[in-house]
Amino acid sequence: MKVTISWLKDFTSADYTPAEMAERLTMAGLEVDSVSDRYAYLDNILVARVVQVEQHPDADKLSCCKVDVGGDKLLSIVCGAPNVREGLVVPCAMIGSALPGEILIKKSKLRGQISEGMLCSGAELNLDVSHSGIMELDPSFVPGTPLAEALGFSDHVLEVDLTPNRPDCLSVIGIAREVAAFSNPPAKLELPVSVMPEDNPSVASIHDNIAVDILDSDLCSRYTAGMLVDVKVGPSPFWLQDRLVAVGMTPINNIVDVTNYVMMETGQPLHAFDYDNIAGGRIEVRRAGADTTFKTLDGKDHALEPDMLMICDGQRPVGIAGVMGGENSEILPGTTRVLVESACFNPVSIRRTAKRSGINTDASHRFERGVDPEATMNVLKRAMLLMAEVSKATILNGLVDEHPVKHEPVKIDLAPCALNQRLGTDIGTGDMVTLLEAVGFQVNSSDSAKALDKSDCEEHLTVKVPSFRVDVSRPEDLSEEVARLWGYNRIETRFPDVPVRAKGPSLKIVMREEIRDIMTGMGFSEALNYSFNSASACDFMSLDADDKRRSVETILNPISEELSVMRTTLLPCLFDNMRRNNSQQIDTLKLFEVGKTFLATSKGSQPLENEMLAALWTGERTGISWHTKRSQCDFYDIKGVVESLFRAVGINGVSFEVADSAAYPYYRRGYAATMHYKGKLLGSIGEVNDDVLKNFSLRQAAFVFELDLDMMLSFYSHNTMGTTDPLPKFPSLSRDLTLILDTSVESGSVLADIEAFKQEQPLLEDVFIFDLYEGAPLAKGKKSLSLRVVYRSMEKTLKEKMVKNIHGDISRRIIEKYAAELPS
Amino acid sequence: MENNIQAIERSAFKDIEAVDSFEKLELLEIRYLGRKGLLTAFLRNIAQLPVEERPDAGKNANLLKNRLEKAFRELSKKLKSSRDLKGGGVDVTLPGRTFFRGSLHPVTKISREISDIFSRLGFEIAEGPEVETDYYNFEALNIPKYHPARDMQDTFYVAENIVLRTHTSPTQPRVMEKRKPPVRIVAPGKVYRCDSDLTHTPMFHQVEGLMVDRRVSFGDLKGTLTTFVHQLFDEEISLRFRPSFFPFTEPSAEVDIQCVMCRGKGCRVCSKTGWLEVLGSGMVHPAVFENVGYDTQIYSGFAFGMGIERLAMLKYGIDDLRKFFENDMRFLGQF
Repeated sequence: MKVTISWLKDFTSADYTPAEMAERLTMAGLEVDSVSDRYAYLDNILVARVVQVEQHPDADKLSCCKVDVGGDKLLSIVCGAPNVREGLVVPCAMIGSALPGEILIKKSKLRGQISEGMLCSGAELNLDVSHSGIMELDPSFVPGTPLAEALGFSDHVLEVDLTPNRPDCLSVIGIAREVAAFSNPPAKLELPVSVMPEDNPSVASIHDNIAVDILDSDLCSRYTAGMLVDVKVGPSPFWLQDRLVAVGMTPINNIVDVTNYVMMETGQPLHAFDYDNIAGGRIEVRRAGADTTFKTLDGKDHALEPDMLMICDGQRPVGIAGVMGGENSEILPGTTRVLVESACFNPVSIRRTAKRSGINTDASHRFERGVDPEATMNVLKRAMLLMAEVSKATILNGLVDEHPVKHEPVKIDLAPCALNQRLGTDIGTGDMVTLLEAVGFQVNSSDSAKALDKSDCEEHLTVKVPSFRVDVSRPEDLSEEVARLWGYNRIETRFPDVPVRAKGPSLKIVMREEIRDIMTGMGFSEALNYSFNSASACDFMSLDADDKRRSVETILNPISEELSVMRTTLLPCLFDNMRRNNSQQIDTLKLFEVGKTFLATSKGSQPLENEMLAALWTGERTGISWHTKRSQCDFYDIKGVVESLFRAVGINGVSFEVADSAAYPYYRRGYAATMHYKGKLLGSIGEVNDDVLKNFSLRQAAFVFELDLDMMLSFYSHNTMGTTDPLPKFPSLSRDLTLILDTSVESGSVLADIEAFKQEQPLLEDVFIFDLYEGAPLAKGKKSLSLRVVYRSMEKTLKEKMVKNIHGDISRRIIEKYAAELPS
Repeated sequence: MENNIQAIERSAFKDIEAVDSFEKLELLEIRYLGRKGLLTAFLRNIAQLPVEERPDAGKNANLLKNRLEKAFRELSKKLKSSRDLKGGGVDVTLPGRTFFRGSLHPVTKISREISDIFSRLGFEIAEGPEVETDYYNFEALNIPKYHPARDMQDTFYVAENIVLRTHTSPTQPRVMEKRKPPVRIVAPGKVYRCDSDLTHTPMFHQVEGLMVDRRVSFGDLKGTLTTFVHQLFDEEISLRFRPSFFPFTEPSAEVDIQCVMCRGKGCRVCSKTGWLEVLGSGMVHPAVFENVGYDTQIYSGFAFGMGIERLAMLKYGIDDLRKFFENDMRFLGQF
């Protein structure tokens, strides 16, 4: 909402500089976005005196002038205005200035004659349009004076960013009321009083020309109308146009301009119909019903829905109520009889209609927020008088006032002490009353405390809410009124008394944050991606048609196709991150992300949200340096990461099984595994296959894992009570075992089998692989696996002989099971 | 006798010159100063000298003993340093073997800081779904269908009544439905709005805060948020509360903090105003309490919400919102 200081001054004498005004409005809850000098565009327009006028040698209608603009030398300016003459004082646009309409003034040649500026008409300067030719100024003006200064023009435009609860301030009067209220002492608010002339016996009555019938009074509580005849449609007077332009509106003609002007002034939207296109001398306010299409005055066709409220004549719709008038009845240059509407419509109905038809007008904007239900008739009168004045028209006797639903004033029972309690203040009742009355509330003290009141407040006030404050209905609303006028920053800053009792973070949060720390500790950087990605991400991942990750939740109104479905796996985002970094010459990347995936359930229900962890490693195993041989990371690097992670969160003994390539089609076959714990699937890990790399435009190997954190949470043992093993007092003994095995034998299974001996052999403490070899002299298809088995007793130092027996027994059984050979 | 001491001294210092290892040094120490060493023997035999010679002989022998001990100490030091140098030393300026250094995302970093501050103030951490019902995202928060306040947030829909939550505020009714006052929670998380340009991303993060108890006042809200801002930035930052409108609070307040870049003098970051809008807040609207069955006569409360990226930008000096989601290592590696 734009408003000028000069317009505000029509209604209040409060005197502030524009900056002060902006600051005060902002601190009263009407945030001023900008303050601009209304005449800043005149900065380079100076007063000039025409010293000499000569006929242009090559153009009949042009004159070559010498002009004094206060400088040392006269300017040569070519002028085409018929009224240019010696001694005339006029505005001159200097070189480098810009006129409204982005006309740039440059040094130029007009038919061979140099022109160093431009003598301007009023229209060219968005000033007085009533005269043609260049603007003739007071001859006493001193050449070289800036034009705005010489004319005494000074005004500022405030742009107010209004919150939706304050439709009363979608008007100059509404803002003036606020300005007056926060003046100290409060300034007066002077509202226009419109008194209709006495009935003129020589003029017809409106009631003989129009009948208004509100058929759907649930959507229209009041409809008033007036009528003008002998209307001369034409441009509005300058002052009217000027004010509309200043607040960002485009003047159209005197009739339409008055509807806009009065709307800006009062906040009540108005509409003017060409009476001669209203069939049957009748207006019906009703739902569209059977009418299906309608052409609004902007020339667009709109599909109607049966419950949209329309303004109709005896035959057809002539306007979408509160939104936009129809082309069929718009004011045209030849219009002579005008019907003016001022009405009060249901906000929800207007909003539904505006939303569905995709029209947002100044009128619908105000109606959907709520106009003053008591202002309808006064505003109509104001508009009628002004319209008659600017269009030299005659007002028909009488006004239509259909008022099926009367406005019930809202009364609020207010306990000042409860209000103070809510704010944490100690504002006296007298001060409260003064503040409320300054913005139009009427306050009476109540007779007695309400029995319902559970607080210990005794004093009660009855506050009558002014009809324009459609946002106020409860005592809490009044607490905001008092607080904002009192000043939020005068309210004492206090500190709540809080018992020393609060729950710690949930295990889920603890685990998530611990995992983030573990991942960063292992050199991974945390990425954060949008929760939505492309609908084709599932195709890029080569997912099977029946893969559950294809149950995507689709956004009905996405920003773009790339961000149109909720993700069901975090991996595609990490691939995108990898591509982006690779393209910036960052070839080695260790990234992880913690985030939710979303699996669609039944239609109309919330999807299943699942917290996941994904990590990606590509490029070098270690940073390139002078002391380490360069090597690329591989499957076992990423597997080491996930194993360390499991250990750190106390999930020991996760089993890795070859991933089924149908369920995990994005991994390289033979280079991927699923991870299970206690029979539950925790996730998968592997090397990304060439097809998928290609789909994501990736050019180097990538190793990833993705884990279901919600599943992991059920096994997470951080912070739970446990036991800590005592430290051994006796030394251990280690024995090695080297086996020649078929390459198809899974090392993990050999390890697991040896581990399993712990059940029967308590002295077995640990086993690990310390070497793995394939190649000559081993036969093809064979590998050599070297394990170290650690034995220890908690009671005594072990004897060599005893360990030899146990190790021999275990070795024999393993060798038998795997038909292993021993190295020669 | 005198000669004897001088002879010991001569041979000792001659021997010292020939020492090139700890082993030889040790032998030398034994030879002269050991239990059966030459000098030890001399000292032991002093008693057999004529009485008049004894004082001088004793004095000279002890002097020699001191000199030899000192010489052996120095020799030992010299041998140690030549032994260390045998490896050739290191180039202390050559870089060590590096590890990849991982980093937390700035959003995680500042979320933790915010949660930690409020935890210290007695708030618990709550979480809720990111895909919300229309009811929790709007209706329960006093934003009915076709209310103009819905224009304040551009909403992503996945079904007629299912939205991507536009704020973390639905956590308020979700928590209140499940428990009785007192309630003190903060709820960090992702939120979504159908908006994408230089200063808006379709997904960003917020932290919601809610405190409900008997006699909680607007003054308490001011105090709590002042404490928070002072802990997150510093104690010198002043706050300004401005009337505003949120359908689920009454009174509502925008909170501006003094610009952390220019300290209120006015700069590009604060558009020359000296103030930065960082928080929305207010006293919980009675309609919200009615929706969750809290008695508005007994309980009052305040709520607030803030954009995490905005705070991170101020705290870490990040100039472009979009950097948060590009995941460029050159950006991520700075945290």
